[in-house]
Amino acid sequence: MADVAKVPGPTPVSNRPIQASRLRRFFRAGRGDSQFKRLIIHLVLIGCCVVTVYPLLRVLSVSLRPGDRLLSTSLAIIPPDATLQNYIDLITKQDFLLWLWNALVITVATSIIGVILASIGAYAFSRWRFPGRNGGLIFLLATQMIPASMLMVPIYILAVQFDLIATYRGLIVAYAVTAIPFSIWVLKGYYDTIPPDLEEAALIDGASQMGAFYRVILPLSTPSLAIVFLFNFTAAWNDYLFARVILANAEPIWTWALGLRTLQDQFRTLWGQFSAGSILVTIPVVILFLYSSKYLISGLTIGAVKG
Amino acid sequence: MQQLFAQILPSLKEAGWTILFVVLAIIVIEVVAYVLLAKVLKSPHALPLMLLAPAAAGIVALIIYPLIWELNLSFTNMSLRHFGDKAEYTWVVCQGVDPSTIGNWITDCLIKNYADVFRLPVLKQVNFFPVFFRTALWTFANVSLHVTGGMALALLLNRPLRGRGIYRALLILPWAIPQIIAVLAWRGEFHYEYGYINILLTRFGLSAVEWKSSPVWNFVAMIITNVWLGIPFMMVVILGGLQSISQEFYEAAEMDGATPYQQFREITLPLIRPVLAPAIVLGTIWTFNNFNVPYFINQNELETSDILVTALFRAAFEYNRYGFSAAFAFVIFVVLLLYSVAFIRFTGGLEEIR
Repeated sequence: MADVAKVPGPTPVSNRPIQASRLRRFFRAGRGDSQFKRLIIHLVLIGCCVVTVYPLLRVLSVSLRPGDRLLSTSLAIIPPDATLQNYIDLITKQDFLLWLWNALVITVATSIIGVILASIGAYAFSRWRFPGRNGGLIFLLATQMIPASMLMVPIYILAVQFDLIATYRGLIVAYAVTAIPFSIWVLKGYYDTIPPDLEEAALIDGASQMGAFYRVILPLSTPSLAIVFLFNFTAAWNDYLFARVILANAEPIWTWALGLRTLQDQFRTLWGQFSAGSILVTIPVVILFLYSSKYLISGLTIGAVKG
Repeated sequence: MQQLFAQILPSLKEAGWTILFVVLAIIVIEVVAYVLLAKVLKSPHALPLMLLAPAAAGIVALIIYPLIWELNLSFTNMSLRHFGDKAEYTWVVCQGVDPSTIGNWITDCLIKNYADVFRLPVLKQVNFFPVFFRTALWTFANVSLHVTGGMALALLLNRPLRGRGIYRALLILPWAIPQIIAVLAWRGEFHYEYGYINILLTRFGLSAVEWKSSPVWNFVAMIITNVWLGIPFMMVVILGGLQSISQEFYEAAEMDGATPYQQFREITLPLIRPVLAPAIVLGTIWTFNNFNVPYFINQNELETSDILVTALFRAAFEYNRYGFSAAFAFVIFVVLLLYSVAFIRFTGGLEEIR
């Protein structure tokens, strides 16, 4: 009997009360559950999903309502008289496409600059030991602690004095630099997994150190560079605070966040158009996010656990 | 539409020039740093330091320099009335005040702004400490709910189950969508008459809640929104941790007759700690610094709903007390720093880094 019990796997141990083993299994990760328990788990998860998704479906619902029925106490998701009028109004009556365009230009430029800066910096952290290396890494973590609204005041005043208010370049540079610390951590974690032998081989073949970086490391890191690009992209795309401070009075260069915000003001609530805009802005971001979330997390944990 | 077409070319031009300028700046910085380090200083670490130079220059210019500037600002009387050129605001806050009225030169002149943070209202009525305790409550309530909720969902999702991928994708949505949209949508749902929460409440025969005008309920509304927003992150992080635990531990524990609770406590918790501890530190910092939720859910600008960072934003951009808000910002930063250092010491969280 004792020998049997040592065999790994689901071999039951006979002298154990069945009830206890069921309870055990409920808390244990993996392996099969009884039909009833699965049903309960499914019900709980479905309940959680409803709570999670319903507010978003409400946004969809409002965006489909005709203008005279925006305020309604109905809880139905697809209204009986659904219409796309709000989407049409949003595009024709508001500058929605302009806001999207501005956000797109700013975020793409941000991501390009952010990836260039971080990929070079992370290489130094990954391959060399130099004085200040650990201090630098911890400093990068500490910058994540600075409240955004703390940097707002000096950045706003400096931007006024350097004439960067209401410009694309002010916002692009601000986004790119504030994303550097996280990007460096992710990329350093990835570079660490590439064996140094590869570069050494390239060096022996006569490449310079920068040549080895450019020809060997960068091509191998494409997936993580893509992740950093995406991270920079979503961070800039979703930002409101910097945009509000730097672009406040410059309507021609508003991003979608500033534009949608004005649709949902205290005095002028264009609910339908706001919701339509939210849906249009959200869908691409969600697709990108679902695609990249696995890598983002592994980036977070590689940096934290292994390094 | 017309504005869009008018804007396409200028925007591309400006973005293009910005990228070009940054790339040129990177090259110049690299070359200068290399020449300086390798040829002049003959440093053995020239190469890595040269590689770091551009990123470091950016961080110095946009994070360190503004912070030093802000530290300087925190000793001045800068406000909307004293703005811009150095001449218009002064370093010593009490300059121009009748010297005979100054009681204590240190607290009334030198660190007046810092002293004011603690002795005067930070906004119109509320003082620092009520806001501080509210922030602590806000952070604690949110993070504990994030961790419990995330843990519960992760434990459920870590079982063999049909449709796990779908559940995961749906449950992750609040994290995926732009925060500002989620928050503004929730703000709409807290509408007294047309928000779905009140509609549901009245349908169940309960009385509707004044989410926006009642101080307590407004705070609850903030927490509801932020819990909804924050659980997915914890869930994904914990799920990642759980999936890396080998089944053999549980099998061995079961042989030894460990109860499920014991298994959770003795196996699951210690093994996901390397993932959980940094996640909690990050989550706490994000919650403490969360701006969008407390700022927008608090549509009626109740001072009883402000947490430290929103109070800071209002002090700076609504009351335009720049010098004061700079001092306020440093007080907040020190609070956060002390917390993080204490937490990291306590959990040994930074051991794994490097």
